[in-house]
Amino acid sequence: MSDISRFINIGERTNVAGSIKFKKLIIDEDYDAALEVARQQVENGAQIIDINMDDAMLDAETAMVKFINLLAAEPDIARVPIMVDSSKWNVIEAGLKCLQGKGIVNSISLKEGEEPFIKQAKMLRRYGAAVVVMAFDEKGQADTVDRKIEICERSYRVLVDQVGFPPEDIIFDPNIFAVATGIEEHDNYAVDFIEACKLIKERLPYAKISGGVSNVSFSFRGNNPVREAMHSVFLYYATQAGMDMGIVNAGQLVVYEQIPEELRERVEDVILNRRSDATDRLLEVADKYKGTGGPEKKADLEWRKKPVNERLAHALINGIAEFVEEDTEEARQQADKPLHVIEGPLMDGMNIVGDLFGAGKMFLPQVVKSARVMKKSVAYLIPFIEAEKDGVRETNGKILLATVKGDVHDIGKNIVGVVLQCNNFEVLDLGVMVPTQKIIETAKAENVDMIGLSGLITPSLEEMTYVAAEMQREGLNIPLLIGGATTSKVHTAVKIAPNYNNAVVYVIDASRAVGVASNLVSETRREQFTADLRAEYVAMADKHANQQLQKKRFAIEDARANKVQLDWDAYDVPVPTKTGLTVFEDFDLEELVSRFDWKPFFETWELHGRFPDILKDEKVGETARNLYADAQEMLKRIVDEKWFKPRAVVGIWPANSVGDDIEVTPAPDHNEPVMVRTLRQQMFRENNKRPNRALADYIAPKESGKTDYIGGFVVTAGPQVEAIASKLEAEHDDYNAILVKALGDRFAEAFAERMHEHVRKELWGYASDETLANEDLISEKYRGIRPAPGYPACPEHTEKRTLWQLLDAVKNVGVELTESCAMTPASSVSGFYFAHPEAKYFGLGKIERDQVESYAERKGMTLAEAERWLAPNLNYDPRQA
Amino acid sequence: MMNDRKERIALLRKRAENKILILDGAMGTMIQKHTLSEADYRGDRFADWKQDVKGNNDLLSLTQPDIIKDIHLQYIAAGADLNGTNTFSATTIAQADYGMEELAYEINFESAKIARAACDEWEAKHPGDVRFVNGAIGPTNRTASISPDVNNPGFRAVSFDQLREAYKQAVNGLLDGGADTLLVETIFDTLNAKAALFAIDEVLEERGEDVPVMISGTITDASGRTLSGQTTEAFYNSVRHAKPFSIGLNCALGAEQLRPYVLELSRIAECRVSVYPNAGLPNEFGEYDQTDAEMAELVKEWADSGMINLLGGCCGTTPPHIKAIADAVHDSKPRELPKIETKMRLSGLEPFDAA
Repeated sequence: MSDISRFINIGERTNVAGSIKFKKLIIDEDYDAALEVARQQVENGAQIIDINMDDAMLDAETAMVKFINLLAAEPDIARVPIMVDSSKWNVIEAGLKCLQGKGIVNSISLKEGEEPFIKQAKMLRRYGAAVVVMAFDEKGQADTVDRKIEICERSYRVLVDQVGFPPEDIIFDPNIFAVATGIEEHDNYAVDFIEACKLIKERLPYAKISGGVSNVSFSFRGNNPVREAMHSVFLYYATQAGMDMGIVNAGQLVVYEQIPEELRERVEDVILNRRSDATDRLLEVADKYKGTGGPEKKADLEWRKKPVNERLAHALINGIAEFVEEDTEEARQQADKPLHVIEGPLMDGMNIVGDLFGAGKMFLPQVVKSARVMKKSVAYLIPFIEAEKDGVRETNGKILLATVKGDVHDIGKNIVGVVLQCNNFEVLDLGVMVPTQKIIETAKAENVDMIGLSGLITPSLEEMTYVAAEMQREGLNIPLLIGGATTSKVHTAVKIAPNYNNAVVYVIDASRAVGVASNLVSETRREQFTADLRAEYVAMADKHANQQLQKKRFAIEDARANKVQLDWDAYDVPVPTKTGLTVFEDFDLEELVSRFDWKPFFETWELHGRFPDILKDEKVGETARNLYADAQEMLKRIVDEKWFKPRAVVGIWPANSVGDDIEVTPAPDHNEPVMVRTLRQQMFRENNKRPNRALADYIAPKESGKTDYIGGFVVTAGPQVEAIASKLEAEHDDYNAILVKALGDRFAEAFAERMHEHVRKELWGYASDETLANEDLISEKYRGIRPAPGYPACPEHTEKRTLWQLLDAVKNVGVELTESCAMTPASSVSGFYFAHPEAKYFGLGKIERDQVESYAERKGMTLAEAERWLAPNLNYDPRQA
Repeated sequence: MMNDRKERIALLRKRAENKILILDGAMGTMIQKHTLSEADYRGDRFADWKQDVKGNNDLLSLTQPDIIKDIHLQYIAAGADLNGTNTFSATTIAQADYGMEELAYEINFESAKIARAACDEWEAKHPGDVRFVNGAIGPTNRTASISPDVNNPGFRAVSFDQLREAYKQAVNGLLDGGADTLLVETIFDTLNAKAALFAIDEVLEERGEDVPVMISGTITDASGRTLSGQTTEAFYNSVRHAKPFSIGLNCALGAEQLRPYVLELSRIAECRVSVYPNAGLPNEFGEYDQTDAEMAELVKEWADSGMINLLGGCCGTTPPHIKAIADAVHDSKPRELPKIETKMRLSGLEPFDAA
């Protein structure tokens, strides 16, 4: 008898960590639509709704309060209890202060020891909330049944006996981990959980049990029928053992009895760890069930019977390059001139593609595939056109694209180029690291209609400002388009637009590029469009200036006085197993593939959603599946044919903090220490409630008398990525060129994650017993951080030079730094390692001149130089000194 | 004379085992009978106050203490075990209407002292007949979970922390002045009550004391919900963590209309159940005209049905009502505390129990 009918269903869609859609709505402050998400969950049967606002882009506390307050006004949502979900105590408290009902807090644990645990539990009792307690203690997360029950029992005793917490308000989450990973130690994880459920129910009266069910099937991601069967089987046994509730997508649970018998038996073998070959036996049949979503598609060649123009249109819309040359030849023979093939059937086809894309009926990967077909056809025609020399093709306009000086990132720019070409714009792509002078000269010589600048790292923002100013000085009179991951509308309005008197337009992604470019070349719409835009940007800049005036900052001495307070006397410094440098050559590609975080991969293609759910998405699911299939196919070749040779260098060195700096001793015989300079938050903190962080705070200060350590790393997927991409570009295969770069980035990221784990478990070894599923790794549930210069905690890029010096990175892994400190090859990741359990990622925010002056002095820079590198973080205008 | 709060509390708990405890009746109704003028409200001390204060009944504890004490004595004589202090609006938040935020602590302190003096006076004349001071904590005039602006549903006129601070001050005033129990009453927004309960728990921990806490919500209309939208059971689930001495309902409705919700509470509450209804529903002149005999008959039936542990009166009730009730239930047995299944009881606007 299964107790599944009594299983309590917790809605998970109002969680920014789990739902891209919800996250976007909250970031965009579209609270009406966000409330709809909550409403739908309740309508679909969620008995409790989990609300989580933990995201770097959000002020989680504000968002939590706002959302709960709005929700309180919606009786059909507010009827159910709320689970306030955050890893931050301040967010939990802020949420509880808005709940008239009795909710659940998710979560607390013994991770930091008994003292904070007791303190938090007391507060929760006072607020009147139930609580999820993770099976996590000072030693880490519980994996075996013994550890699970040990931690749960200890937590229970502390809560019930010491705090007086009502036992019926305790919910244990004894950690569901992935099984069938191929690692023998993982085989018993599901059994461990189920057994723990039984023991908890036996020994800890009234306590409830919850868990994140989808973890268990993680190794079968991509195969939803098998995953659903695993969830169903797992719940079947876990609920019998006492599991009461869980975060589950109820719509995606297959009924236990309806699982095909063969599959069910093998899944049960895996879940219950009934035989040593269970994983292999499930793998044997897994593929057979993979397609149970629908019948396998067979190539349908019916369309080949149509007239040639229709065939070309079909090939373009469906991205089929197979027959394009023969069809182009046939069309050429029928046309008066070869150019007419481009202007006729090809452009007709691409117009349909453009329309479908504009209407949201085609998605970026499909469009890029269409462009590949188009390019192939055009390439076929070019020799014939040149032979005739019959003049110039009519296009919508000519656009110069460039990644600015100092920056090597170009995936986004290439996508924009492809999309513009699909819409009959002529694109002049100058590539990466393009100096300003070359941009301006080319623009003049080629008489382009507009310039598009791209960049990914923060120094590129400053470079774009410079390009705009130079365009003004050189008297250019064409629009300037701005795009790339770190750019923003506000930055464009505040920093770039004022430097240039013509239109400056921020383009958020490739799908907007066509609309913007079309407006800018249109005789009838251009003037109005440009005027509206300028008005909007001026208003935005004014608003921004007003906001800045209200943002109070601490003086740097006050910020330093409010540093992170850590008890260094009590801190047991983890001594690394190995200090100095360790180099890894030609790392196993297959191992890295298993650690991919696919979400950013899809985001590169403007497909937003959680992986693997995105593959089933109603709207973009098919596109995502096709893209994923193409990626898998290429990955197989990358691995089998060893396309890339990933390299890494990792170092750990003795270090102590000295003020805001970290003094690193690179080698025992090295008497000259290397200084890592960090920056400190200066935002005003009411009553010093929260610290003003600097990374140096997480390293034992010299005066503590303890030798602490810091680490550093550079990993790269290798220069092969770009070489292969260039080759594909030369073959007019933009689609695969972009694909290989996007995958190269995934390798680099996965490699960085893998190295960090290796450091935690082996080289530094402070977390040798850590066991985390890939999902947990992706959400960074481990101890220690790896902040990279150029990212929010340490945004100043030149610290990479220090890191390079420590790691001898050019020699060891062949990664160089451009003058803007971008890494080349681009598919590389670097950073520092901090091991203190309190170390966390944070954003520096805006800083004041007093700190910049101090920083410049410490770095041996001029103030102007420091201000240039720190431009995005300045809380003042250096021009108004 | 029993001078120690701890001893009195022990006595109260003992008394609750054997009889239905009687709460007093309306303070405001009794004050109205005096038809006081603006000058009477001001007294000498506030003769030059910057704004009108007529209607600030709690202020009378400072300006007309004798009137307040006399009302207490009338209710004590009628049989009230628990006598509510004249402090329904004595928080910085509610006193802001009169510009008297600064007086909040003092009003609580003095009001508790007056009630204390009345109880002690009675006990001195009737040795062994101990009466108790019930520190009254009202809802304030702002809601923490409802926006006063229909166009801006996310707005809040008061925050949990503001309420908590105000309540802490009130609770300290009441305890310093001699209250034996605390009564969080006329709750129309449960979040306000949660802030009060939070404050009480903090204060009691700071003082190292254990004082019985009574909780009384208000069902505003026939929908059976609080103003903030909770059902009776959801309301109970929301405040159960405070381990109250009693949970109950008061105000808004008469005994007849309250019956189904009282029954509901008596079914689900692990602690004692209290009710102090209005004297019926107001007539077309806004007056309550249910007689003492009518009201006593209605609540007697509850007592006979074993639904109730504490009884009293709210708006429109007077000493004769309380005497009638006290006499009617004098020999009735209080509701036995039921053994309720231990389970997680959550709530939104509606209850959610997880067995």
